[in-house]
Amino acid sequence: MNKKDTFLRRWLRGEVEFSALLAEPVYPTPEEAVPYEPKENKHVAIRTLRRSRTGYRAAVTVLCIVFALFMLLVIGNLPQYGAADAPTVNEVPQRYVEQGMEETGAVNSVAGMILDYRAFDTLGESFVLFTATCAVTLLMCAAPGKKKEEHVFEAEVVRYDNDPIVRTVCKLVIPIILMFGIYVVLNGHISPGGGFSGGAIMASALIIYAIVWGEDKASRTIPKKAISLITLCALAFYACSKTYSFFTGANHIHSIISPGTPGRIFSAGLILPLNVAVGFVVCCTMYSFYMYFRRGEL
Amino acid sequence: MTIFRILLLTGLLVCAIATACTKKPMQAVIIYMAYSVIMSVVWILLESPDLAITEAAVGAGVTSILFFLTLRQLNLIDRDQKKKKDEEQEGEHE
Repeated sequence: MNKKDTFLRRWLRGEVEFSALLAEPVYPTPEEAVPYEPKENKHVAIRTLRRSRTGYRAAVTVLCIVFALFMLLVIGNLPQYGAADAPTVNEVPQRYVEQGMEETGAVNSVAGMILDYRAFDTLGESFVLFTATCAVTLLMCAAPGKKKEEHVFEAEVVRYDNDPIVRTVCKLVIPIILMFGIYVVLNGHISPGGGFSGGAIMASALIIYAIVWGEDKASRTIPKKAISLITLCALAFYACSKTYSFFTGANHIHSIISPGTPGRIFSAGLILPLNVAVGFVVCCTMYSFYMYFRRGEL
Repeated sequence: MTIFRILLLTGLLVCAIATACTKKPMQAVIIYMAYSVIMSVVWILLESPDLAITEAAVGAGVTSILFFLTLRQLNLIDRDQKKKKDEEQEGEHE
């Protein structure tokens, strides 16, 4: 005889009934169910809604003011600009400022930092952009072989390339914007700019082209395969060249690539080709964002 | 120079508040573009031309174009004008 009559023992003896759980639950029939009756009348409900909206607005205002005050307090406690006892003044920026040009060969010390000392960060950023393109492709892509249906009225579609003013101005402006973007990319190690900003400028020129001459013509001019190939090659080149420089740097092997004379176009070692690679990745990413948002395919 | 800075920062603040307070999304995007342009000038004053170029190209250019495209997909651009156009066209047909 068991002293404790636990659930397990009862189950082992076969006394537990599970069939009740499997049975159909009994719902009240519609006739039996009590019809919904609002306890308060309509005016009371509207008043409550209005009151809650006022309360919501008041709460938002109070929260905004509190957070603004908090941020101002934090800013007030920041060390003064250029103060010698600021926590950012240590050996890292000192090294960047004193030996950056010598070691990287880049006059633009920002380019030297992001593409030489901290190139691994920039590689991660390029892959973030690439991942963003993949996500946009998954979200916005139309079914293969089928164009996204335009839910826009026919009268609303404006053909900009029939407009002489728009056409002439764009013909003049697009090459200049492209040239400026290429200049910013190629001079990234000498003057302000670099791969990201130059790539964005080039992409804006391509987007203007796509807006004015239509997405179909743009996708014929810049084929889908070219965009994928350029992005892939640029990312692979970036990864390979940085692997090489990390390998030589970590093992104290003298790299073949010399920093060169600072200030020349062909100087700064790997920074110039890396800038070009980043510029291509950014340009292709922005342009394909536009195309995916606009028509669902490249 | 100080007056110029104060003007720029005031414009920045006005644009930021106006972006949050406008009712129409189209107007909010346009004010946001103005905010980006002012911000790029502020970056130049803060001696970081790199960021100024990027802000002008990405903030004022590409981001707002993507916003416009999204608004267009959601049919939120110029709803009133479209209605007016439709009414006019109906009037012409009649």
